[in-house]
Amino acid sequence: MNLRGALAILTNELARFFRTAFGSILSPVLTTSLYLVVFGAAIGSRMDPAQFGGSSYGAFIIPGLIMLTLLSESTSNASFGIYMPRFTGAIYELLSAPVGVAETLIGFVGAAAAKSLIIAAIILGTATLFVDYEIAHPFYAVGYIVLVAAAFSLFGFILGIWADGFEKLQIVPMLILMPLTFLGGTFYSIDMLAEPWRTVAQFNPIFYLINGLRWTFTGTSDVPIALAFGLTLAFVGLCVAVVAFIFRTGWRLRD
Amino acid sequence: MDGPILQIRDLTKTYKGGMQALAGVNLDIRRGEIFALLGPNGAGKTTLIGAVCGLLRPTGGTIEAFGQDVQRHWRSVRRRIGLVPQELSFDMFARVDHSVTYSRGMFGCAPDPARIEQVLRSLSLWDKRKAKIRELSGGMKRRVMIAKALSHDPELLFLDEPTAGVDVELRRDMWRQIDALRENGTTIILTTHYIEEAQEMADRVGVINKGKLLLVDDKATIMAKLGSTEARIELAQPLADLPPALTPYQVSLERGGRTLVYRGGDGSGKGKREAAAVIKALVDHGIAFEAIETRESSLEDIFVDLVERGEVTA
Repeated sequence: MNLRGALAILTNELARFFRTAFGSILSPVLTTSLYLVVFGAAIGSRMDPAQFGGSSYGAFIIPGLIMLTLLSESTSNASFGIYMPRFTGAIYELLSAPVGVAETLIGFVGAAAAKSLIIAAIILGTATLFVDYEIAHPFYAVGYIVLVAAAFSLFGFILGIWADGFEKLQIVPMLILMPLTFLGGTFYSIDMLAEPWRTVAQFNPIFYLINGLRWTFTGTSDVPIALAFGLTLAFVGLCVAVVAFIFRTGWRLRD
Repeated sequence: MDGPILQIRDLTKTYKGGMQALAGVNLDIRRGEIFALLGPNGAGKTTLIGAVCGLLRPTGGTIEAFGQDVQRHWRSVRRRIGLVPQELSFDMFARVDHSVTYSRGMFGCAPDPARIEQVLRSLSLWDKRKAKIRELSGGMKRRVMIAKALSHDPELLFLDEPTAGVDVELRRDMWRQIDALRENGTTIILTTHYIEEAQEMADRVGVINKGKLLLVDDKATIMAKLGSTEARIELAQPLADLPPALTPYQVSLERGGRTLVYRGGDGSGKGKREAAAVIKALVDHGIAFEAIETRESSLEDIFVDLVERGEVTA
């Protein structure tokens, strides 16, 4: 493996992020802070903690908000990271260099995941200004956040290779990920839904991600925690297989 | 190693939609040479380079570089190949030195600031090393492309239209750079629209059109095989007919018999000798003339002729 190559891509991508760090960090932090102020502090103070496994409403929505940030940031960072060189033609260097699947994943996906983890950490820190919360299983929380960041950075990487225009890069996060995250229990427990919506919600894959992370924070979850972890791992495996297929066949890269 | 540094056999590439860009190319590149690939737009030059460098997958055929199959041993082969594409393609917001260092790392080389400095200085980029690429002129951007390709010290360097869109002074400067690379032992394959460039730089020339190599040979051999001499002799008095003494030569009368034109030879000097013989015959027969103009055909004439005729066996 070309470790130097992987490291070069990783540091180059991170340098790109830090060039625009102010905007990249401020925007998601501001958005999440607004959610915490409006839903957590203002509305949440009137909610009954008994409906949320004994947690305050503010603490209840933090995992969902972290997930919302992780999904959107990981996907968009990774998709732009690989789409921009395709768009400008700079991809020639990657294709002609001795770098394969592993180096590309470490470089592009690693950088995208690192960026979203930095933002998630800042948001978690910012959340303490608005809401009192505790993390019941901190090691699982960190591990799960890293896993989700990696999964959706992989997904974003695939999206960036599939897209043939900026519009397609926006469509998936805006029209699929965000609605599914909102409907996946970010702001409510599934127990609060009436049938058939309670059953329908269980077909939403993001529902399992949010509940997996919520368990690491509050110790309670609407779904078995092993199922949430298993589904996330399966998604990572599927994405790695798709990326390996892309590199083996040259789909969209070496057409 | 005595074998060719690059060996291409029966290379074909058909794009989606059925456009055949390469139709069975066979080519050997010798170690240490400068090879110029000439061809009109859409001839297959860039596709050929892309197939060797890994930018696209060939439909058929084999490519061996340094004695290794480029698909099977892609890692070790690509480390030794450099590519300067035709388009200016990079992260325009990156700094010059960062961009070149990035390229070196991507090709698996250990960081070497001294080598980066050497490359930047050799391309007159050292003073601009901290500038963002977008702030540079077009010619300087092209130098950055070359610096990136040289950062990992490739043994085989592809230059796809290296001087497209640069002014004459910079073009001459680039030629000097290419010459310096050759002296360091780098094998260079360049594509160009400027025939003058091939004539000036190349040891061997290949002419490609419609995905087929029409001709590959030493530049001097091509000139000898396909070159010709034209001599235009302005006569003092118009001639009605050609004197019998000139019939062995390829001469004709133009401008109402006032200009005697010789066209012939093979680029090896035969044309010049025959033109001199024609002039001697005129003197011997007392035919007065006022001016003589001779011209050797350029590689450009040969190229245009080849492409227009189409099929020539390599």
